[in-house]
Amino acid sequence: MTAYLLKRLAIALATLALASMVVFAVLEIIPGDPARLMLGLNASAEQVELLRNQMGLDAPLAARYLRWAGGLLSLDFGRSYTYSVPVIDLVRERVVVSLPLALIALALSTVIAIPVGLFSASRRGRAGDTIAMGAAQLGVAVPNFWFALMLIYLFAVWLRLVPAGGFPGWSAGVWPALKSLLLPAVALALPQAAILARVTRSALIEVLHEDYIRTARAKGLPYRAVLWRHALRNAMIPVLTILGLQFAFLLAGTIIIENIFYLPGLGRLVFQAITQRDLIVVESVVMLLVAAVIAVNLLVDLSYAVVDPRLRSRQ
Amino acid sequence: MTLHIDISEENLAGILAKAFRNRSFLAGFVITALVAAVALISFFWTPFDVTRLIIADKTQGPSLTHWFGTDHFGRDILSMIMVGARNSIAVALVAVGIGMGVGVPLGAFAAARGGIVDEAVMRLNDLVFAFPALLSAIMITAIFGPGALNAIIAIGIFNIPVFARVARAGALAIWPREFILAARAAGKGRTLITLEHVLPNIVTLLLVQGTIQFALGILAEAGLSYVGLGTQPPMPSWGRMLFDAQTRMVAAPWMALFPGMAIAVTVLGLNLLGDGIADILDPRSRRQR
Repeated sequence: MTAYLLKRLAIALATLALASMVVFAVLEIIPGDPARLMLGLNASAEQVELLRNQMGLDAPLAARYLRWAGGLLSLDFGRSYTYSVPVIDLVRERVVVSLPLALIALALSTVIAIPVGLFSASRRGRAGDTIAMGAAQLGVAVPNFWFALMLIYLFAVWLRLVPAGGFPGWSAGVWPALKSLLLPAVALALPQAAILARVTRSALIEVLHEDYIRTARAKGLPYRAVLWRHALRNAMIPVLTILGLQFAFLLAGTIIIENIFYLPGLGRLVFQAITQRDLIVVESVVMLLVAAVIAVNLLVDLSYAVVDPRLRSRQ
Repeated sequence: MTLHIDISEENLAGILAKAFRNRSFLAGFVITALVAAVALISFFWTPFDVTRLIIADKTQGPSLTHWFGTDHFGRDILSMIMVGARNSIAVALVAVGIGMGVGVPLGAFAAARGGIVDEAVMRLNDLVFAFPALLSAIMITAIFGPGALNAIIAIGIFNIPVFARVARAGALAIWPREFILAARAAGKGRTLITLEHVLPNIVTLLLVQGTIQFALGILAEAGLSYVGLGTQPPMPSWGRMLFDAQTRMVAAPWMALFPGMAIAVTVLGLNLLGDGIADILDPRSRRQR
């Protein structure tokens, strides 16, 4: 168990380190000198040289990487070229929109998908299963940003139940803020829920063939109890794997969805930064999202051990 | 555990007969063929010229002349969807090609060598998996600027670890089999065995994954074009059409409705096709039926 955990942790850290090198290297390739960019076209060569020196841009590659990576560890991402504030301040401002959005979407997707998967698996091949899985097929095929547009049309333009976009900020109260995150979260969650429901169903069907399910039924346990206590728990490993992968998709999805709903989250920040060529912001946000994906996948690996006692006892 | 079949054990006619009884395969095949046909036809003929802007005809609702209506420049939406199909298919197909071309050899190599080589390939996979396709597209765009080619590269890179994983898992299941042992006893090397015995046996596995990645590629291309990182105007693309529709949702909802449906139908067709192929060729699901 400890060996398993340590190995996963080591892999996650190594992946993170490699990813940071990739991001750093990408920024090195990009043409254009940040110092010249900051000073504008009229700056003299001496001025640029001075700023390069101040910014540490003339240090050797390895030294610059270590300084940058060290900064990341202490949450010092550097300063935004366009906003002239520390990147961490921008991130802190935006993450309170993106993170709740991704988490609400993840929760919604799980809450919808697991019961649908259970329903379908226990009625395999019957009308209910066919209808639910048909709907899931459709859900997988629909692009979330198109779904978002349709939701806006239906609920914001037509029924006028929720705002079509924008974010009042958490200071405006929890309910108004949540209300403006509701449609984006649904738009993100439903396609993911469709995938998750399909995975839950097939994992359950696999498990329901096992001998211990028959034993549990034979000793007189009601079908519901068998399904929830025995089958679902054993079907959790593939479900958890997909949940972990989906977090990455959700994070990437928030980037697009935030642009549709005009939410001031990390996704909008990244896009503005790209158009303004504010590369330090781009690299910081990309690095942050990559770290989040790696962390969630590590959590999923660890949760296998919680769900599956066999992994715990294995040496 | 794996989706595997020796085609030789079963005659082709048998597989075809099974294919025509499989509803998922049939529906997927018909839809996919239809979309492909539309894309091909668009090379020779579209109802209207998509490069001509007729402002007098702008944002007209669906009618007998313009079945799907017109956009804010008076272009025929049906014609744009037809040309867009070509573009979507090309991007997704090349991205799958990149993923297979690099990923399959990597995965097969990892499985054949094992040990430290295997570990290295898998860790490289972890690394690429940490960058969701959209993120790598953002980084690539930050360096090279937006465009269809960069979208292809971004989606293609993301496909590499997917195919590497599938090929590795499939190959690992083949290696312990007796006919591999026989081939080794006959003195064949690992590369030859991989080429002659392992790869032919994981082709169906790769085919199923290929349709899934194809569908995901269509979705990803639409997403990238939607945010302006993919196909650039004036070349019509489904994602870009949705972007143009967004600010005109109230006045011209059809501008959003039809391109989105085109994406959904195409992806649905490919997914049904993939499910169908998996059903037909997977001996295990056959037993459970």
